[in-house]
Amino acid sequence: MLKEKLLELRAQALENIGSAEGLKALQDAHIRFLGKKGPITEVLKGMGKLSSEERPVVGQLANEVRKLIAARIEEKRAELEAKLIEKKLESEKIDVTLPGRKIATGSSHLLGSIIREVEDLFIGLGFSIEEGPEVEQDYYNFEALNLPKDHPARDMQDSFYITDELLMRTHTSPVQAHTLEKHKGVGPVKVICPGKVYRRDNDDATHSHQFMQIEGLYVDHNVRLSDLKGVLTVFAKHMFGADREIRLRPSFFPFTEPSVEMDISCFRCGGHGCNVCKGTGWIEILGAGMVHPNVLRMSGFDPNEYTGFAFGMGPERIAMLKYGIEDIRHFYTDDIRFLKQFNRA
Amino acid sequence: MLVSYKWLQEYVDLSGVTPEKLADKITNAGIEVEHIDYPGAGLKGIVVGEVESCEQHPEAEKLHLCQVNLGTESVQIVCGAPNVAAGQKVPVATVGARIADNVKIKRAKLRGEISNGMICSLDELGFDHNYVPKEYADGIYVFDNDVPVGADALPYLNLDDAILDLDILVSSAHCMNMIGVAYEVAAILDQKVQLKKPVVDETDQIASDKISISVEATDKVPYYGARMLTGIKVAPSPRWMQLRLIAAGVRPISNVVDISNYVMLEYGQPLHTFDYDQFGSDHVLVRHAGENEEVTTLDGQLRKLTSEDLLITNGKKGVAVAGVMGGENTEVSSTTENVLLEAAVFDPISIRKTAARLQLRSDASSRYEKGLDRNRVGLAADRAAELLTQFAHATVLKGIVEAGERTVPEHKITMPWQKINQVLGSELTREQIVGTLRRLNFTVEVADELMHVSVPARRFDVTIPEDLVEEVGRIYGYNHIPATLPEGSSTHAGLTPYQKIRRKVERLMESTGLSQVYTYSLTSKESASSYVIHDQEIEPTQVVWPMSEEHAALRQSIVPQLVNVVNYHSNRQMPDVKFYEIGKVFLPVKGEPRPAEEEHLAGIITGKRTERNWEGESAGVDFFSIKGIVETLFDSLAVADQIEYRPSKRDGLHPGQTADILRDGKVIGYLGALHPKVQNDNGLNATFVFEVAVESLLRHGKTAIDYHFLPRFPSTTRDIALVVKRTVSASDLDRVIRENGTSLLKSVRLFDVYEGSHVAEDEKSMAFSLVYFDPERTLTDDEVNAVHEKIVHACAEQLGAELRG
Ligand SMILES: [Zn+2]
Repeated sequence: MLKEKLLELRAQALENIGSAEGLKALQDAHIRFLGKKGPITEVLKGMGKLSSEERPVVGQLANEVRKLIAARIEEKRAELEAKLIEKKLESEKIDVTLPGRKIATGSSHLLGSIIREVEDLFIGLGFSIEEGPEVEQDYYNFEALNLPKDHPARDMQDSFYITDELLMRTHTSPVQAHTLEKHKGVGPVKVICPGKVYRRDNDDATHSHQFMQIEGLYVDHNVRLSDLKGVLTVFAKHMFGADREIRLRPSFFPFTEPSVEMDISCFRCGGHGCNVCKGTGWIEILGAGMVHPNVLRMSGFDPNEYTGFAFGMGPERIAMLKYGIEDIRHFYTDDIRFLKQFNRA
Repeated sequence: MLVSYKWLQEYVDLSGVTPEKLADKITNAGIEVEHIDYPGAGLKGIVVGEVESCEQHPEAEKLHLCQVNLGTESVQIVCGAPNVAAGQKVPVATVGARIADNVKIKRAKLRGEISNGMICSLDELGFDHNYVPKEYADGIYVFDNDVPVGADALPYLNLDDAILDLDILVSSAHCMNMIGVAYEVAAILDQKVQLKKPVVDETDQIASDKISISVEATDKVPYYGARMLTGIKVAPSPRWMQLRLIAAGVRPISNVVDISNYVMLEYGQPLHTFDYDQFGSDHVLVRHAGENEEVTTLDGQLRKLTSEDLLITNGKKGVAVAGVMGGENTEVSSTTENVLLEAAVFDPISIRKTAARLQLRSDASSRYEKGLDRNRVGLAADRAAELLTQFAHATVLKGIVEAGERTVPEHKITMPWQKINQVLGSELTREQIVGTLRRLNFTVEVADELMHVSVPARRFDVTIPEDLVEEVGRIYGYNHIPATLPEGSSTHAGLTPYQKIRRKVERLMESTGLSQVYTYSLTSKESASSYVIHDQEIEPTQVVWPMSEEHAALRQSIVPQLVNVVNYHSNRQMPDVKFYEIGKVFLPVKGEPRPAEEEHLAGIITGKRTERNWEGESAGVDFFSIKGIVETLFDSLAVADQIEYRPSKRDGLHPGQTADILRDGKVIGYLGALHPKVQNDNGLNATFVFEVAVESLLRHGKTAIDYHFLPRFPSTTRDIALVVKRTVSASDLDRVIRENGTSLLKSVRLFDVYEGSHVAEDEKSMAFSLVYFDPERTLTDDEVNAVHEKIVHACAEQLGAELRG
């Protein structure tokens, strides 16, 4: 009798569990079938009436039924819980294509980026970075650079003078003179001097009364023009692409002798001729030369012992060439739509 | 300098060298050829015709019917030029020809008469009217009579020429004349220059009987020479000379004037011709002008001179401003018969100053300014005399009357020939070096290691060994020099600590959302005096001669320029922008003309905190947005604990939303809201700015990092809410808390501010979170309580604070 009851209980429980739709129903089933006052406990209580042969058989069966029900309840619970989680996850679904909450960062100015790039390149070549005053003495801006007061290349009208002896520097070259003086006649001197310079020009698409310059100077024993050529080649390839070639053309600057202009093979057309290079295949990038002995002498270096090279370039020009920027005033108008374009530069 | 390819051929063999090739070679040797002009480009079908007959057009008073022989045929052409006449040889555009501006010539009927082509004026052949000689200005051009009929007309007009435009710099002044260019081109092409020495046919009459010369200003006039020419007939100069002058950009006037211009173009030596009969004496005195001395120049202008100017006088009054322009009183006219020809050397600087002050830059003055071949002055006078004899009927009196040295010795440079290789990094042989210098017509002698180089006076720019290095380098070609990397000793490279940290500040500003700008240092005087961190009593530094009022003074603050940048964006419907700039400001120093320069960092923000998005509108930026940026800066520089904010009032800023930034008690900057009036004036929304004297901050900041072990013992956090009068500031409480916190108090953070119904109307509550910590042990409650009570007590005592219940 008990045995049949147990089997019936088992069948009932399994069906009950199987049809449970929620954790609550499952919990009810648990209490109903396995609770302290539940039918299996009742069966076990009634075992005292059984014979000693029947007792272990029914006991074992009761235990098996209890275990089975418990196991099924756990299975079912896991199944229902998984369903619940799934349902919850389903309800938490979002449109992952909506935009995120960005942290809006500002952008670097293109001129700053170019100057940094040049600085870093030359730091790698053993140069350090020197800066100097923007209000400069006439002596450092001109005389110490072999531009005496009456030199024809010197025009008062081109400069913003503050007094007869003070002006807004017209180039970063005076930093050369300062740096050489600081070294008191002992090389090597290896510096890059970036900074703002000023000229009495009317602002238009190609002129700005304020602009940037980067000057380089290397003075040591036995510095040669071929070294200048080598260093400038490295520079050109770094800034304008590995397949650039350079050429040096004779030129004139009062503070260098010989003086050269450096052209690079056109990065747009590769040298075949286009509107960027005005059909020549070459683009003028910077001026350079061997430091004039007068400049060395005036700054305390013996030109018989030391030679050096110097070069100067305009970051605006480099930027305009590199990106096809059509108006130099963009750099100083600071239109955010302009600035943002060069955030990666 | 405009260089005629055809003319140049007279001195140098250019066979096989096209104008383009020549231009390339000249450019690569150091003088930039800016462009090449082909004056005959586009012309077609222009032939030499002979006017066989010329009659009045029956229907039109101003037209002529011409029968013109074109060599192969004779055609009727209707011509309107007043100067057309039978027997002339003229340029004819035949039917089908192309003349200037690509105009095509067709057979036409003019007032009933057939015209088979057109007899051309120079204008119609593309000549610039400004350079057309007077005699052809209103009519057709007429050839010399020996021109063959039927021939292509272009060569006889030099319209088959190419004109190279050379950009002459100070260093290439030796190429401001045809002979100089010839020497340069000959060196480049490794050719010889063919020059003819002028031949002067002098009479026995002695020039010095007619004229004497004395020079007072000998330091500025190393040489003054003159020739006397008589019996001159002023007329147009020969056509070949006219065409060469036109090609060089000089308008032909008359034989006398044209010859002096021609010789200047050829030799580079400016000449001047005086009408001897108007000279007013037989004595030339060259002296400094008197202060305010007046002379009327050729252009009819009365010139007031200074004692710096050189004046040519007849002993009494001025007859020419030396080297710049002649005087009206002695000008050569159509009736001039006797000419005093001046060939002189003047000091370049003196001429430059005078020409600049009088604003009278002429072909002559620019040559004097840049320097000329000191040894050509006599030759030029001879050349002019030769040409005046040939083309102006002149008789040349014997001798050059002169003062000073007509020639100077060649300049000598001695140097080790190997220095050329040492400086260039090249491996040229001695023969290559000497050969290159000889190509330039320099005289070279080599003795062992040394070479002695004699430099002709025409190369006055070559004075030191380095100049010879350049000459060899540029003629040999820099493209033949290898590229090497420096072999010298290694150096310490890298950024200075300041440069490093400045870069960090830039990146930090960008990560807080500010974009970097560069603005002008020169600004208006008013703007240069606004938003200055330490307002100065002194005026801002100003430039003597500004381009405009807008760029007249040196900025003392970056903020005004940032306001302009924001204004620019606001005018273009970009109301949400944030910018920063690091740059120099220029602070005037009392009693010194030179301002102190220091780098400042300034920022500006306006509009929304973040972009509007699908979650809704973001709040606008406010004072605490900009303060957060400033605080982030100080945190990252590890100076936050030295910084204090103090309410302040500054011009242009909101009086209730402005704070000075202090470090160790000294004001190093400020932050605040723009004054509503400034915002209105600029059409801005709420805008917030800061400026910090960042250079001194960074240079004097702590650079070393003090490392602390990670804590081994727990810290204790206590919150404290204090009710105070509204006048008590957060920083007041913060200070008192810190002052009384002993060494155990590690941090203080304000986390709540409350004003409202739960406190009295003139009060507010501020809640702080305090962290206590001892690195050596765990603190007991009693220890913490003792300090905490001390703090509460001090706040009550000093600021009337009560614990909020
Ligand atoms: Zn190209």
